[in-house]
Amino acid sequence: EIHIKEPIEKEVNPHLLPGELLLCEASTVYKYIQEDGSNRGTYGKLVCTNFKIAFLDDSASDDNEPQFKNKIVGENDITLQCVDQIYGGKLFNFAVYDEKKKLLTGQLRKYPEKLIIYCKDLRVFNFCLRYTKEEEVKRIVSGILHHSQTPKLLKRLFLFSYASAAPNNTDGRNQTVMFDTLEDWRDELERTKGNVKYKTVTTNEGYRVSEKLPLYFVVPICVSEESILKYEGRGIPIWCWSCHNGAALLKMSAFPKEQDDIASQTQKAFLDGIYKTVSKPPYELLKMDDLSSSLPSLQDIQTAYTKFKQLFLIDNSTDFWATDVKWFSLLESTNWLEIIRRVLKKAIEVAECLERQQTNVLLIEESATDLCCVISSLVQVMMDSYSRTKSGFQSLIQKEWVIGGHGFLDRCNHLHKSDKEEAPVFLLLLNCVWQLVQQYPPAFEFTETYLTVLSDSLYVPIFSTFFFNSQHQKDTSTSGESLKTQSGPFRFLTVWDWSVQFDPKAQAFLNNPFYAEKPKPDKSQRKTARFKHQRQLSLPLTQAKSPMKRGFFREETDHLIKNILGKRIGKFINSSDELPNSFREFYDSWHSKPVDYHGLLLPRIDGPEIKVWAQRYLRWIPEAQLHGGGTIATTAKILDLMEEVQSLQEKMDEERSQAVSGDVHSVPVLRNSARLSSLFPFALLQRQSIKPALPTSTWKDLEDEDDLVKRDDEFVDLSSDM
Amino acid sequence: MASSSTPKYNSNSLESSSSKRTLNDGTNWEQNEEIPRLPGETRVTDKEVIYMCPFNGPVKGRVYITNYRLYLRSVENDPVVVLNVPLGVISRIEKMGGASSRGENSYGLDITCKVIPDDDDPSYLPLLSEFGVISFLYILQLFFAFVNEEKFSENGWMVYRPMSEYRRQGLPNDRWRVSFINEHYGLCDTYPSLLVVPYNATDDDLKKVAAFRSRNRIPVLSWIHPETQAVIMRCSQPLVGMSGKRNKDDERYLDIIRDANGQMSKLTIYDARPNVNAVANKATGGGYESEDAYPNAELFFLDIHNIHVMRESLKKLKDIVYPNVEESHWLSSLESTHWLEHIKLVLTGAIQVADKVSSGRSSVLVHCSDGWDRTAQLTSLAMLMLDSYYRTIEGFEVLVQKEWISFGHKFASRIGHGDKNHADADRSPIFLQFIDCVWQVSKQFPTAFEFNEQFLITILDHLYSCRFGTFLYNSESSREKEKVTEKTLSLWSLINSEKSKYTNPFYTKELNRALYPVASMRHLELWVNYYIRWNPRIRQQQPNPMEQRYMELLALRDDYIRRLEELQITNNSKISNSSASSSSPSQMMSQVQTHF
Repeated sequence: EIHIKEPIEKEVNPHLLPGELLLCEASTVYKYIQEDGSNRGTYGKLVCTNFKIAFLDDSASDDNEPQFKNKIVGENDITLQCVDQIYGGKLFNFAVYDEKKKLLTGQLRKYPEKLIIYCKDLRVFNFCLRYTKEEEVKRIVSGILHHSQTPKLLKRLFLFSYASAAPNNTDGRNQTVMFDTLEDWRDELERTKGNVKYKTVTTNEGYRVSEKLPLYFVVPICVSEESILKYEGRGIPIWCWSCHNGAALLKMSAFPKEQDDIASQTQKAFLDGIYKTVSKPPYELLKMDDLSSSLPSLQDIQTAYTKFKQLFLIDNSTDFWATDVKWFSLLESTNWLEIIRRVLKKAIEVAECLERQQTNVLLIEESATDLCCVISSLVQVMMDSYSRTKSGFQSLIQKEWVIGGHGFLDRCNHLHKSDKEEAPVFLLLLNCVWQLVQQYPPAFEFTETYLTVLSDSLYVPIFSTFFFNSQHQKDTSTSGESLKTQSGPFRFLTVWDWSVQFDPKAQAFLNNPFYAEKPKPDKSQRKTARFKHQRQLSLPLTQAKSPMKRGFFREETDHLIKNILGKRIGKFINSSDELPNSFREFYDSWHSKPVDYHGLLLPRIDGPEIKVWAQRYLRWIPEAQLHGGGTIATTAKILDLMEEVQSLQEKMDEERSQAVSGDVHSVPVLRNSARLSSLFPFALLQRQSIKPALPTSTWKDLEDEDDLVKRDDEFVDLSSDM
Repeated sequence: MASSSTPKYNSNSLESSSSKRTLNDGTNWEQNEEIPRLPGETRVTDKEVIYMCPFNGPVKGRVYITNYRLYLRSVENDPVVVLNVPLGVISRIEKMGGASSRGENSYGLDITCKVIPDDDDPSYLPLLSEFGVISFLYILQLFFAFVNEEKFSENGWMVYRPMSEYRRQGLPNDRWRVSFINEHYGLCDTYPSLLVVPYNATDDDLKKVAAFRSRNRIPVLSWIHPETQAVIMRCSQPLVGMSGKRNKDDERYLDIIRDANGQMSKLTIYDARPNVNAVANKATGGGYESEDAYPNAELFFLDIHNIHVMRESLKKLKDIVYPNVEESHWLSSLESTHWLEHIKLVLTGAIQVADKVSSGRSSVLVHCSDGWDRTAQLTSLAMLMLDSYYRTIEGFEVLVQKEWISFGHKFASRIGHGDKNHADADRSPIFLQFIDCVWQVSKQFPTAFEFNEQFLITILDHLYSCRFGTFLYNSESSREKEKVTEKTLSLWSLINSEKSKYTNPFYTKELNRALYPVASMRHLELWVNYYIRWNPRIRQQQPNPMEQRYMELLALRDDYIRRLEELQITNNSKISNSSASSSSPSQMMSQVQTHF
């Protein structure tokens, strides 16, 4: 039985951005509404531009404007960078799903009747091409494959066409600190009171030291310019953040393993010198952590995520229920949640050193731009309540990731240059932060929706934020030197200007209405109270540093130097799951006290506490939808009440007829809140029926309990009664 | 139930200088006494002991035994370790060790609880001297309910009156009548005295049908859909046996039921068991309705396993959360217990029942073997999904009272009240599983229930505590014989006297809304706040910050409304008397501008 509406002849034109060019198109394409295998769907045109793949629904009407709409990427738009995998398939009796789907990559001999596009934001599109002219099928399929799956030059990114066609006139500054100037770093040092022991350096102006390092950065005061220059910044502790007690979080790029004995001897001597310098007063204790041996490798992370996301790329109801039976073991087999747990645990360990032992922590990694970014960002989110505000978090991402030199371009494989470099390191951070957000909602100024749209923005190439490997790469591309036809310099948009993607109404969903704002201290107290963590006061007193510890520290350093020089020789710190007692004590004592949302925040990391980020991963799966349920149901109630309170307040102001201009937060307005989908604000595929979703999967065997299974509840021979 | 070993909970009560404290469970605690005590609670004995605490190691303390609880308080630890276990919770007590050369010192007691304990499991409790009261403890379990002298402002025994509940459903009507045939439990001793049956079936018919249904549990009405008039019926299995016996009266009776909703559709029979088990039951004289005998009925098996499987599953669950929570292989360990899979199957079955009655407009007959375990789960959950009344506090009490207590769920056997045979195959966490299902639905629809999580936890606590008569005995007939309503208090008295404690602030009343949970593992989760609540490392924030925020806002709104009224009054008086001071309103402003 086929339920298809007749195609309506209607000219629908794609909405093109400045600089966006239509490359190919195909009409009478049938898009299935991903649902129950009923083959419902709509006809339309499939187009491919230099920015996106878009489906233009012939029968689309504009009267059903969603409450939460992205202005750049519509619900049927897929940016070229957002395409994950493309499958082709044959149709059997018009069934949506068939087992014979094939991964499409390069050249095709036969063109598929069906196109399945898996997106990096977890959407799945099913297109039927049977009613499309053969010529058009060829053009659109090869066009889509070519533009979304084949290697690309940086200059061919839509980012550049857009920037030259749409001059950026916004000042882009908002409240986010970009860390591209010396002042930004100085302010940050001052904010965290790190300026006593650390200094900003301009050594890298003109990228004299390294193209991987930012123009400006911060090092211990005693580190000389020569030593920075000596190994292109390797072996130099670079400052990330200072704790209220003066302990600092540092990172360092390690030396690659050297074949040459003499070279490695020199490097050892150099490191020795550096450690001697930075362990003199006023720095004292330094704990080192080689992240490449104490955390999973980038390949592990990539493998885990690849398996994990596949669990959510579900294109039909049967798959959903078939995977449901073994859901927990499937989840566990991906290892993704375990990686999140380990990363959170590591961050707690670092926080413990800084907070309780008042020890500087030096994170070490080959490039210091991957796991270093994850750990240092997490530690700051946990320890610095400023990082839990929206602008604070954005500044943190600028500091540690964008300017810090995380290779977004390679890690996201935006240019399809090498699969080997791909690793979802930034997504890992967002997943970890989400765990904190859902464990302590009042501590964050932003919502999980904010994190979700931020993760989606990784694939929107109109912002420069996530499309360069380093500040140097961006600077040289911006100048337009190598682009003869264009007149540089470009001014790119930053993702932090949320008004580009969302109108104010939609932006309201990024702000957390439950954020427990910091009570404004009295002016007289402000100075002292500002950066003090209240939580610290409730912690057990730190023991006085003993000379014993110093000795231990020396030993540790020697050990570490060996380790860095001969990398991957052995595991060093916390190679086993056994945690040091001080960690457990710290963790337990913190959790036994009430939470101060403005103080130190430690994630709970026991098995049941690490959860799947349902909003991001389940949002497009109709079977997972709860009508009128989910946390949005309570959120909606609170928002309604807030609106009421706000209007009451306005009424009171009126009554007083002396308008008091307070900056009142705009409250998102929800209509029909009782029936919102739990996937709100992403529920794009509203299930029409109110039929309950029923599992179709069968019960699996209880092998080892066979004798129990066969028994009756209570054994009574009923036949004897008769 | 009130306390836990963690310092936070108890220190308040202990450090308090006020002369009288009220514990979480409503126990009054006179300060001059050593332990909290309920009215009617008397001390039996007390001893110096060493308690092997799973979190703090050996703890020196004093244990008190009353006719209601076992209470232990440490004497040296700071913060104080407290153990507070109603005797009813104790499943097993075993003597450890034996008389050694050093005499009585090496005796110990190993106490196991019926549930995953809410406090520390007193799993190993070596005592300094022999108790000699072990078997006495079991006997004590049952009888505190009969000496409890608590006073409540509400009488919970009045909550469920069968006649008014059926009237609420619009019964009796021209197709359904109330039968008093079971008034003295003559027809079926595990059914309530009042039954609703088809108008067109005579009491004589009922007697004939009873002969063909296991333990005479004939099909009777549980719920009627106000619009479709489709009904949910419950019963036990037919006595088909190996020879495939048929019974004309039963066949005719089911057809009368099918006919009663005035639709042309078939009668749908849901057999809660897996197909194979239903077949196997024929060997002992049971079975299921065959197509030949019941051409106007469709039969579906819901694949829910028996009470033994559920008992084993909970045992495994206990193993992975107690005393330590499995860390890195949490998910696969959880899966290996099958606990959530069983929950999923029960919910799936209930959704099917509800959907059939609601959108399929067809009457439904539910049974398992005896119709007092799986059947009760399915009918009560389906009713909860279809009828928003059951999602209120009183409505839920009525639901439990009706579908579980009055229809003979064997609480005494399933829980083992006052029974020292801990290995009893009759024990099974069927009711707990039902409450877990309710929790799962309330988690998915956080605004749909008038009651909160605490309500469900309190019900479970007193399922074991034996402080109230509510869950004592197996059937209404034995409860009547023991005069339970006269001699004991109802749990609903405790709850209804303090309703605000059990109320969900987010509750939004919605009439006639069917609530279908999604029975997917993606949405089901372990009820951490119940199963792992004693673990100091896993603690949900109490109170829930969202709830707290909502309550603050409610208070703020009421405050604003009050101030607004005041302002309007002042302004009105201002109009008449133009010389008013202007300083006070701005002062007021600074006070109220806290949240925005």
